[in-house]
Amino acid sequence: MDIVQMRGITKRFGPVLANDHIDFSLREGEIHALLGENGAGKTTLMRILYGLYRADEGEILVRGWPARINSPKDAIALGIGMVTQHFALVPPLTVAENVVLGFTDGFALDRAAIERKVAEAAERFGLEVDPSAVVRHLSVGQRQRVEILKALYREAQVLILDEPTAVLVPQEIDALFKTLERLRAQGLSVIFITHKLEEVMRISDRVTVLRDGRVIGTVETQKTNERELARMMVGRETFGVHREERAVGEQPVLRVERICANDDQGLPALKEVSLVVHSGEVLGIAGVGGNGQKELAEVLTGMRRPTAGRVVVDGKDMTGATPAEFTAAGVGRIPEDRHAGVVSELTVAENMALEYLEEFTRRGVLDREAIWKHAEELIQRFQIKARPTDRARTLSGGNLQKLILARVLSRDPKVVIASQPTRGLDVGATEYVRQQLLEQRARGAAVLLISEDLDEILALSDRIAVMYEGEIVGMLPAQEADPERLGLMMSGAVKERQEAYAEV
Amino acid sequence: MLRFKIEKTGAPVWLRSLIPVLALLLTFFITSGLIIWGQANPIRAYYYLLIAPLSTRVSALEVLVKSTPLILSGVAVTFAFVAGYYNIGAEGQLYAGAIAAAWLGTVLGGLPPALTIPIMLLGGFIAGALWALPPALLRVKLAVDEVVTTLLLNSVMLFIVSALLNGPWRSPVSGWPQSPEIAPSTMLPKLVPHSRLHLGFVVAVLSVVVLWFVLSRTAFGLKMRAAGLGREAARFAGVNVGRTMLIAALISGGIAGVIGVSEVAGIHFHLIEEISPGYGYTGIIIATLGTLNAWGVAVAALFFGLIDTGAQTLSRAMGVPIYLGEVTQATMLLVTLAMLLLQNYRIRRA
Repeated sequence: MDIVQMRGITKRFGPVLANDHIDFSLREGEIHALLGENGAGKTTLMRILYGLYRADEGEILVRGWPARINSPKDAIALGIGMVTQHFALVPPLTVAENVVLGFTDGFALDRAAIERKVAEAAERFGLEVDPSAVVRHLSVGQRQRVEILKALYREAQVLILDEPTAVLVPQEIDALFKTLERLRAQGLSVIFITHKLEEVMRISDRVTVLRDGRVIGTVETQKTNERELARMMVGRETFGVHREERAVGEQPVLRVERICANDDQGLPALKEVSLVVHSGEVLGIAGVGGNGQKELAEVLTGMRRPTAGRVVVDGKDMTGATPAEFTAAGVGRIPEDRHAGVVSELTVAENMALEYLEEFTRRGVLDREAIWKHAEELIQRFQIKARPTDRARTLSGGNLQKLILARVLSRDPKVVIASQPTRGLDVGATEYVRQQLLEQRARGAAVLLISEDLDEILALSDRIAVMYEGEIVGMLPAQEADPERLGLMMSGAVKERQEAYAEV
Repeated sequence: MLRFKIEKTGAPVWLRSLIPVLALLLTFFITSGLIIWGQANPIRAYYYLLIAPLSTRVSALEVLVKSTPLILSGVAVTFAFVAGYYNIGAEGQLYAGAIAAAWLGTVLGGLPPALTIPIMLLGGFIAGALWALPPALLRVKLAVDEVVTTLLLNSVMLFIVSALLNGPWRSPVSGWPQSPEIAPSTMLPKLVPHSRLHLGFVVAVLSVVVLWFVLSRTAFGLKMRAAGLGREAARFAGVNVGRTMLIAALISGGIAGVIGVSEVAGIHFHLIEEISPGYGYTGIIIATLGTLNAWGVAVAALFFGLIDTGAQTLSRAMGVPIYLGEVTQATMLLVTLAMLLLQNYRIRRA
């Protein structure tokens, strides 16, 4: 029997259709994987079920009855619990306090009593946690267990887990899966959001695959395999590559040697990443978001210090150099987050000059006329719809990206580091940005393109490297790449031999 | 039932330009309640608070005297805040400058004023900057919150001043906790005879011009603004955010130190504990009201100087407590901040 049914769910964010008439059903006592790339609409759908968003269209049935879920409170009352990627725990409080928070009766709090109750619940669900421990001292895996306990304590019969393994180490993942299997045996229904094929195969009973906000299909896990799922997940036809084939230059301009780096939490994000980009070549880095691409881009733009390894630009050691030094060495940098590359409260002209301030300064005083002229020139050349005096925040996403392109590409850089250069842009702006990157390639620049958009990677790259969990798990010439093969690598199912490093 | 929703849209331009006036009117409306409670006529009270000080030459000059430390303090705070460094320690930095002035004033006696006065001003600047250095270094090197450290150092500085005045510098003549009087050649010259208006006012006006020039015309000013408005984006574009913040913090502390010189060598001629009634904190309010803009800061500081002067007249003439001035200033800050925020929203019927 279906405990949850979602019918024709549609959700728009402005012009973006995040969920497009989605039908989804969850059977009682099953683990149902919700599989898809970043931005496929998985989390949006589940946020609707948990009452965090409201659907524009469609209906939700719980145990066969139409349900109005306007807030998490409604969802909890219907027996639906969710563990989000960012835990909602209060670190200085104990496990027991966190579990009962907002679910207590009366005014006074009897510490011993709640700890007893929480201990009982933990015992019953087979979740190993110490109720009197302070959450701040717990590991990520333990915190996740507290979150699950919190949902179960509120008598959840449906548990939504949003990419629960993203923050866990392998041993913790094993423990989580054991827990889920036990809970399933007790009759709990679980929705498991993920983009990792291996986990789908390991834990789920059924899989629903989403792509671009639509359901591609729901299949029994036993009747499918990773290849089929990979194709369902990413399988678009490669669209026409309007890229003139030309011999890759001999000159290795950017060389990354066994780079290691940590993420913001201090955990290893890059593990001995090595690559070479030649002049006149686009090297595409494919991968699902959060597999170290951000950290790689930051290391190559001077925003993050690597913990080991070397970065060499045109024969010059640039390991750990500052952003200004990268600019001076001829590295054009297009950031992942446009808003992190432009000071939104400064004007267009000021932002265009900021990277090369010495050129516009005489004895410390700004040459305002030169800054203005420079801006007008770039606005015209890159067809930016803005005036030099406009504040950058007033620009649309496409124009903002053009501002960054103008700032970078007008300098004829030797190396271009482009991180998610078309994310969130409309078709026209996307086309423009891709064209500009290909022009840089034609000019002889070494272009490193980091993108989660497989179409983009396939359309622009000469060679493609795939990142998975901080490593390059495969490197292949564009001619040999197809979405299915890349999809498998992106999900960590296949590791290609890394012979591509050996050359040069 | 009527339902309303709140939308985020900018207010029209005509309304934006009216906001200071509206804030002023609303402030007076609110504080009128207090005046009526105190059994006085609010219209007369406002006459004494705002008009009377400007009606005679002597009191008008006094407004400028009172504005001098306020202008400098507003400029000092603005220098730091623009760069995203929240210096709450202008009060302590002011006293560091005052100590330097009290000391230099007693040892430079033999030199001519043309030499002593630049040395006094520079000495105060350096003292203020030095006192601002430790928290700035902690912020830049170790990411220690400067709001906490600069604020706490204010208390430390007050204890240092107290220790000096009750220890080595206690006046041998009167026995009061006040330092020996500084030499006449180190006193800031009067701008207008028979008034208290001194050279410090010129320094204050110059500081406004310097602030304007640095922020709008120099590369360093652009770096400061970039660092303050978007730290990560500025770093990405190659601005050395740490160094920029550090220098901004030192300039801020230095200018705060100059207030100490101006008050010691222009008004009191010796160091006392009560040299500042909180100028360093008022500077934060002035910088905020002036929207971190040089001319805005100058206008806000002059206005606060007017209210400070008027509050004295008012309390003499009508027996209203002198605190009305401070209440008006504080109310004005809250009203203006609320209006600056609320102008971005409008309420519509849903």
